[in-house]
Amino acid sequence: MDLNVRAEVKNLKFSYGDKQVLNGVTLPIYENRVTALIGPSGCGKTTMLRCFNRMHDLYAHANYQGEILLHPGAINILGKEIDPMEVRMRIGMVFQKPNPFPKSIYENVAYGLKVRGVKKKSFIEEQVEKSLQQAGLWNEAKDRLHSPATALSGGQQQRLCIARALATEPEILLLDEPTSALDPISTRHIEELVQELRKEVTIVIVTHSLHQAARASDYTAFMYLGDLVEFGASEQVFTTPKDPKTESYITGRFG
Amino acid sequence: MEREINPRQELLSNIRRRQRWDFAFAMMGLMSLLFALLTLLALIVDLAITGVPRIDFAFFMNFPSRFPAKAGIISAWVGSLCVMLTTAFCAIPLGIAAGVYLEEYAKKNWFSQLIELNIINLAGIPSITYGLMALGLFVYQFKLGQSILTAGLTLGLLVLPIIIVTTREAIRSVPNLIREASYAMGASKWQTIRHHILPYSTGGILTGVIISLSRAIGETAPLITIGALTFIAFLPTSPIVGHVPFVSFKWLMDPFTVMPIQMFNWLSRPQEEFHVNAAATGVVLLVMTLLMNAGAIYLRSRFRKKMKW
Repeated sequence: MDLNVRAEVKNLKFSYGDKQVLNGVTLPIYENRVTALIGPSGCGKTTMLRCFNRMHDLYAHANYQGEILLHPGAINILGKEIDPMEVRMRIGMVFQKPNPFPKSIYENVAYGLKVRGVKKKSFIEEQVEKSLQQAGLWNEAKDRLHSPATALSGGQQQRLCIARALATEPEILLLDEPTSALDPISTRHIEELVQELRKEVTIVIVTHSLHQAARASDYTAFMYLGDLVEFGASEQVFTTPKDPKTESYITGRFG
Repeated sequence: MEREINPRQELLSNIRRRQRWDFAFAMMGLMSLLFALLTLLALIVDLAITGVPRIDFAFFMNFPSRFPAKAGIISAWVGSLCVMLTTAFCAIPLGIAAGVYLEEYAKKNWFSQLIELNIINLAGIPSITYGLMALGLFVYQFKLGQSILTAGLTLGLLVLPIIIVTTREAIRSVPNLIREASYAMGASKWQTIRHHILPYSTGGILTGVIISLSRAIGETAPLITIGALTFIAFLPTSPIVGHVPFVSFKWLMDPFTVMPIQMFNWLSRPQEEFHVNAAATGVVLLVMTLLMNAGAIYLRSRFRKKMKW
């Protein structure tokens, strides 16, 4: 089966002030597949994920080099001439800690449409329902759409954040350790969700949990100290790693 | 074996020894607290005993007079109200806008740090200095006269740093997570500020605004410096008029007095009865300030309850 490449990271270097965080990473992101970024703390996996939607632009002293090409069209989303707002409108993100706005569930999911200036109420309502369904939250939320999102449990809040990101139909969905603040049951729930979602959206997920990467991803990139050590199909990376560093990490010898 | 000491006894006496210090410090703290509070309480009670019996409806509705029994504070409280309105109108939008700009837009470099430092310093400048500046600038340079407008602008400048600083603090208490969530949805900076940062920090900002106004309402020195009259037997021009466009801003240019000046004026008279009037005005001023502060506390707790991350 031929896979489309949705995005290509090409020799990506990133530094924050004097601190070099990424030393030139190259890897493909396949369409409708889940790519997991793993590696010990400080390896640069979250930093790399945040390059995909130009989150670093919010802070001073962030410096990108190299390219992330978004296909089709091969637009370099790190390019100086590309407005970060465009990138963020096309690539959605879910954060480590659930961060719903202290507004109603409905307002949270509709927010992406609101900032785009969508006024048509019937369309917004449709999108809200569709995204909540995709995020597996519709049954729990449909009777309380207008009650505060902060009253939801942690796991529900995280699914709400996923629904919020999905409502604008992003081309790629970034998940930054989405289950690290959740209990095991909520974690399972999110992992199952990721399996469902990849049919419709390309997913890049950063995770600390090797089990999660093995279970829920199609491709795995192992990073170490700002370098990409190994990239391949998850099954191969976890069963027959090529690099000794990958092997010692996944067998728990360091990390 | 007479040297044997019960180890538990030793432990207990060690604990008691250290607890004595706890007790001593708690007592010291309580004394300091009582000293401060009782002094304040004595002042307030003294003021209330003298002033409260003097307060009646006529006291609020009468103009000042040569006869202490007929004198009232209508020109003073109306003046205070007008000046406060002008102050609020000038200082609130400016202060909030400046706070938002410094916190969300300005690049963090040596220049913005210099500005930040100076704003904090401005908040600590003696208020009479503002009066001198206003006398030179508003009264003589801009020829605004010794008017409500001049007073409002002066007090507005005086409280501006307070509003800026509290706005910044309120904005800073909005977690970065929320900012990132908004930007990640493709929101612009202004949308992020308008939809999230301002609404979520409203409680803190309002608290700052009310506290700054309750400071302004008691200010005397800068207003005396710009030449506020101490004896006013008329009210400012009515803001509502009988002809098109039915509103008038003439009152802004009228001379005025405010409650603390009225108080000051009465206190400087030799007659005892005028001192009673001053005490009564003091009670009114105090009640107003307390009410404003209570409002600030209420708003803060209400908004805080609504906001949880």
